[in-house]
Amino acid sequence: MHEQEYVLSVKVLNNNGVLPRVGGLFARRGYSIKSLNAAETEEPSISRLTIVVSGDLRILEQIKNQLMKLYDVRDVQILRDAVTREHILIRAGRNSDDRHKIIEIANLYRAKPVDVAADSIMLELTGEPAKIDSFIDLLKPFGIIKMVRSGITALERD
Amino acid sequence: MLLSGSDIIVECLLEQGADTVFGYPGGAVLNIYDSLYKYSDKVRHIITSHEQGACHAADGFARATGKTGVVIATSGPGATNLTTGLATANMDSVPLVAITGNVSTNLLGLDSFQEVDITGVTIPITKHNFIVKNIAELADTLRLAFDIANSGRKGPVLVDIPKDITAATYEYAPVKPIAKAPAAVSESELDAALELIMKSEKPYIYAGGGVVSANAEEELKRLAELCDAPVSCSLMGQGAFDQTDRRYIGMLGMHGTVKAAAALNSCDLFIGVGTRFSDRVIGDPNVFGKNAKFIHIDIDPAEFNKNVEVGCTVKGDVKEVLKALCDKISQKKCAWTDEIIAKDFGEPVQKGTEEFPVTPQAVIEKLDELTNGQAVIATEVGQNQMWAAQYYKYKEPRSFISSGGLGTMGFGLGAALGAKVGRPDKTVVNIAGDGSFAMNLNELITASAHNIPIIEMVINNNVLGMVRQWQRLFYNKHFSQTTLDARHIDYVKLGESFGIQTFVINKNEDIEPILSKALEISKNAPVMIEVRIDRDINVLPMIPAGKPVIDPITEIDLEA
Ligand SMILES: Cc1ncc(C[n+]2csc(CCOP(=O)(O)OP(=O)(O)O)c2C)c(N)n1
Ligand SMILES: [Mg+2]
Repeated sequence: MHEQEYVLSVKVLNNNGVLPRVGGLFARRGYSIKSLNAAETEEPSISRLTIVVSGDLRILEQIKNQLMKLYDVRDVQILRDAVTREHILIRAGRNSDDRHKIIEIANLYRAKPVDVAADSIMLELTGEPAKIDSFIDLLKPFGIIKMVRSGITALERD
Repeated sequence: MLLSGSDIIVECLLEQGADTVFGYPGGAVLNIYDSLYKYSDKVRHIITSHEQGACHAADGFARATGKTGVVIATSGPGATNLTTGLATANMDSVPLVAITGNVSTNLLGLDSFQEVDITGVTIPITKHNFIVKNIAELADTLRLAFDIANSGRKGPVLVDIPKDITAATYEYAPVKPIAKAPAAVSESELDAALELIMKSEKPYIYAGGGVVSANAEEELKRLAELCDAPVSCSLMGQGAFDQTDRRYIGMLGMHGTVKAAAALNSCDLFIGVGTRFSDRVIGDPNVFGKNAKFIHIDIDPAEFNKNVEVGCTVKGDVKEVLKALCDKISQKKCAWTDEIIAKDFGEPVQKGTEEFPVTPQAVIEKLDELTNGQAVIATEVGQNQMWAAQYYKYKEPRSFISSGGLGTMGFGLGAALGAKVGRPDKTVVNIAGDGSFAMNLNELITASAHNIPIIEMVINNNVLGMVRQWQRLFYNKHFSQTTLDARHIDYVKLGESFGIQTFVINKNEDIEPILSKALEISKNAPVMIEVRIDRDINVLPMIPAGKPVIDPITEIDLEA
């Protein structure tokens, strides 16, 4: 079957050890996680995990069923039509010349400078994961010093 | 009513009807044991020799009775000693509640004396687990633990309770557990299954342990009759269908009958009920039942299409599904079924040697005859386990107690003790191998100390026979570390030292008198039998791991 990336939106109870339970399940059964984001939701006792997985439809169904067996997991949605976003903090640049060029790229992407040093600059950007990818590619020639991606968050469209 | 945490624990056990628990005391559970002392007229506590034995006993109790088993252990090593027992119960979907003590909450996370993160350790081997850090949540957590253990696909739940929680006091009011109605079964899934059944000319029913857990044996029998189908059972399904019924064609899988395998390959519809299509059954998933369509009925949808691709699935409590399905089926008649039942497929027969004339087949068949197929048989793991499954004719569910999924050597004795405690009306026999016996023979002490009158039958081939069998077939007869000749165990003396009468069977004439005597003694006291057999009696038929379930091996040339 055809391998593809899927985005799962998983509602979990905010209980002791819920992350090792979910993470352990993926590791134990050999399901691959591309990214995982965990944060609170509108209900204080519930968190939402947004998990990007890769696999075929059979694996996807397996992952969903296995997740549903965990007591702390309350709901698993496979997102098909959703708004997906990712946030990145990235520091790049080797000299002040680089810095100027980086700012040009940043303007193009509407990325925001958040910390400026003599040679390098830290930028912040939120957008579709593909946009983040291309942003990173453009910054590569200037030497990426450090970066952190939030992992994908997503909500289904109405 | 204001109670201590430990009293609340015992009250919650009583709420759930758990009046028998297995366990072992220690520092972190001193408060709990003080409450057990106080409640000793209401709760029977059985101390084993080892926490592993206690966990297997709680498991055997649960398998034999259908109730949830309870085991208690102290923190640290007490808790880690439960792990093999929990994993065993988890693989076989046995409802169990394990209560462990832990260090006080102010000492958690500091590598305190006998501190182990047992909830962390047991995540992959329990259905769920809890640590209770607030006494206000104690009672409800225990109630939830029982609920989770015993609902849906059953399994073990561990509740870790720090010592200060058991010492603190809190308001307690009893709550009666409410039985939950099973979820409705999808009509469209039922109809799809019905259509396949009505079209089929060669339907084959294959029942697993899920039929036993759902108490669905009557519905299974009805399905078999309505479909006019032959029935085979998995190892875990032994007893789900009466093996003296003409429709029964034997176990399916690595050591299943030739008939069950042959029927699999000629059937046009394979109906798997309460089963998980274990790799030990399906062999090569690409050719398993390749001429058949499939219906898979199970409570756990995660088993659908996991090991075998099946087209038609019906999710739900097996009993409910079968009831609903049977109500829709109109009586079928299948000529193929009669052919399968009538045909002799040439099942292998065991032969003894001059030195060791006795065969496990002869002993187990005699045991079946003398107990009228009514005993509860526990097993260890290895050849002994397979022979116990092959040669005793199970008539009712919960009469075969064996570690199927994990294959835990050392399981049987503890499990037999738990089964006997739960079913004192039944003859309980543990069919053991000499290797498995040596792993947890410490529990003979439990049998005699509590006078739990089981029969421990050690099938002694002086080898780790099942491993030896594989070494013979696949490792050029390099019998690496599987020959136990150097042990020289005198079973009679060993048994006697524990106060257990012990007999040896090494002649065919002895089989009946010794079995009869042991059955008589076991009305009042535990008894042990050593059955001496040749080391090269193999388990047959056999389908090598991962190979197609076609043409099982029925003979192994020992000279080759
Ligand atoms: C705890 C454990 N360790 C190792 C094994 C691997 N194993 C499977 S069968 C077997 C041999 C069992 O020997 P014995 O109890 O004498 O039974 P026999 O096959 O000889 O009847 C072994 C070592 C196991 N299943 N469980
Ligand atoms: Mg042996």
